Amino acid sequence: MDKLHWKIGFTLGLLIISFWLLYPGIEWYTKTPDERGKMEAMRMRPKHILNLGLDLKGGTHMLLELDVEKLDKKEKLGDAMARAIEIIRNRIDQYGVGETPISRQGERWISVDLPGISDTAEAENLIGKTALLEFRLVSDSKEVQPVLSRVDALSGPPFQKDGSLLPEIAKLMPKGTGLFKAAPGPEGERARYYVLENTVPLTGASLENARVETDQQFGTPTIGFTLNKEGGKIFEDFTGANVNRLLAIVLDGVVHSAPVIKNRIPGGSGIIEGPYSMEEARNLAIILRAGALPAPVTIIEKRVVGPGLGEDSIKKGLSAAGIGFMLVVAFMLVYYRAGGFVADIALALNFVFLAACMSYFGATLTLPGIAGIILSLAMAIDANVLILERMREEYSLSKPVAMIIPTAYNKAWSAILDSNVTTWIAAIFLFQFGSGPVKGFAVTLTIGLMIGMFTSVFVTRVIYEFWLTSNPKELSI
Amino acid sequence: MIVLIKKTNIDFIKKRLVFFSISAVLIGAGAVSIAVKGVNLGLDFTGGTMLQLQFAKPVATGEVRAALTKSGIETTIQSLDRNAYQLKVKGAQEKVNEISNKIMSALNANMPDNKFTEEKRDYVGPVVGRDLAKKALFAFILSFFGIIVYVAFRFATPVWGAAGVLALVHDVFLTVGALSITNREIDLVIVAALLTIAGYSINDTIVIFDRMRENMRIFPKMPLGQLANASINETLSRTLITNLTVLVVVAILFFFGGEVINDFAFAMLVGSIFGTYSTIAIATPLVYQWERTGHRR
Repeated sequence: MDKLHWKIGFTLGLLIISFWLLYPGIEWYTKTPDERGKMEAMRMRPKHILNLGLDLKGGTHMLLELDVEKLDKKEKLGDAMARAIEIIRNRIDQYGVGETPISRQGERWISVDLPGISDTAEAENLIGKTALLEFRLVSDSKEVQPVLSRVDALSGPPFQKDGSLLPEIAKLMPKGTGLFKAAPGPEGERARYYVLENTVPLTGASLENARVETDQQFGTPTIGFTLNKEGGKIFEDFTGANVNRLLAIVLDGVVHSAPVIKNRIPGGSGIIEGPYSMEEARNLAIILRAGALPAPVTIIEKRVVGPGLGEDSIKKGLSAAGIGFMLVVAFMLVYYRAGGFVADIALALNFVFLAACMSYFGATLTLPGIAGIILSLAMAIDANVLILERMREEYSLSKPVAMIIPTAYNKAWSAILDSNVTTWIAAIFLFQFGSGPVKGFAVTLTIGLMIGMFTSVFVTRVIYEFWLTSNPKELSI
Repeated sequence: MIVLIKKTNIDFIKKRLVFFSISAVLIGAGAVSIAVKGVNLGLDFTGGTMLQLQFAKPVATGEVRAALTKSGIETTIQSLDRNAYQLKVKGAQEKVNEISNKIMSALNANMPDNKFTEEKRDYVGPVVGRDLAKKALFAFILSFFGIIVYVAFRFATPVWGAAGVLALVHDVFLTVGALSITNREIDLVIVAALLTIAGYSINDTIVIFDRMRENMRIFPKMPLGQLANASINETLSRTLITNLTVLVVVAILFFFGGEVINDFAFAMLVGSIFGTYSTIAIATPLVYQWERTGHRR
């Protein structure tokens, strides 16, 4: 009987651990949304709790692709991806969203989840911005003036649809230069252009910090920036060598300002002036501060679920699942009586263990995830039915109760094992979907199958064995 | 003791040709529908944009369509209850918000006094669509292969594994056929449903195979036909009880689970019915047919 005590102790121990694991989640979800928001902002969200998927609480999922072709040849893809993820995380964090899971997916994709946010225009802007900051000299070649007057004489923009220069302009361009558009000025003003030298002495990669400042004369917002040590040195030498020339500050291929270099600028700091509103200046500072992405990213997948829809679907899906579950529980009780009661206990434990397990891994519950749980429960019920039907078969052979139970378990085991493993094989290949609804299904189904095998085979047997110690003569199944 | 099914002695093996014919007809119907109407692949695989909008004032499908056509936009329109509509434009779209913005500005321009809220938006770029389709296909092929290998290993004969997988392909194909007939879309969630059907179908089959394996040990001399029949009959009560419980849960999800999981529940409902049928009427008789043809040679 010592062995049985161990088994009972083991099961009860697991139950206690499960409740202990579930506690932070229960505590978290009983807080008011306000309190949760505050704690999230302070990064005090507990790690080991069950999360609700975007389809249940609303939010946005995006998949971004890094344009590998535009990557610096010297940079390894893995490093570039890691940097891109860090930068995107940085940008979104500064934007003030709570918990945002960001992860690499596949070779060059980045998955970004924005829970609770369905209007993503601003976030998209922040993420998608390449924010490639460059400092370039404005060309002082004599050939520049004819180019600019020619461009001014055009009725349309000097660029073709694919972004390249019109051939008639291209042939006028001085060697080693390129044509750049200026940031839009006051309303109604014609677009202006700059001819800049192709060499880029300094990029945003050397940038250390950027912040919004107010111009002391006019009170307009400007962006002050600081360069790192190395960049500061280059900047100092460069400005020293090019006094009285124009230095263009180019952000994403657009010239934002082109001040005159009045003298050598030491200390590695400077100011970008432009016709910015406070809001624009703030966003620009964030973009600069977060650093430049190693290459541009494009959004290749975007799924938005509004908050109302999530609520509606969770209610309907859950109530339907609840009704189905109650019906099955009732059926087991009526059909198998005491045996059904034991099976129902196992089912209830299944729920507790599954929730605890998912909380511990910080898993995300999605609607298909709930479907996965229901299926794993169905498999657990099937295992119970297999055992109970075997018991009935043995019972009809008028064997003593003490023999029926071990025989039924032994005979049912191979079928339970094989059927669970085959279903598990089908489920495991769903993991390759990376993220999104199908992954949630695979997670709950896989964990659910393992726990289901444990509760329906091990736990129920412990209950029967415990009951056998009272030496019963009748079995009510 | 309540007993749903008393001890039965149905000769399933003898009726196998009837079962095979029924399946052939069903497969034929599914194949015709797939060939004529095609499989309605969802946004996940084709790429494209889906907008789900809820309007403040009641509006008919025709009005929505008219408002969009006026601005030269063609979408498929699906009406949901509570005055909401799903507008879909499938195909390769390179820019993320392009189509959504066009649709919304068209509606704003042509139905200015009927405000709407955006409930849901999906954009799937062409690369992602191709990638997901590839992954779905891989998931199926690999899991089928995995199942054959596992069953062959556990039952020491690849014939049983192959029969099980044939029954499972039968179920999945018929479910896809049913989806095609009812014009339902196949998206990622449906792929998950199909894989579950596959897993559940093989699970059922294995319970009977397991009983056959056991009976073979007890009665080594028994002819295969008799053995198979005995095994199906002995496990019939379990097969029906288990599948009925699943069926009840899935049916409730189908009727009351709401629009989001409706297609999923439909696939599961149809699939589990086919799964139960194929377990009894296809998988085991196939093993018998196979072995018999083999012995005659």
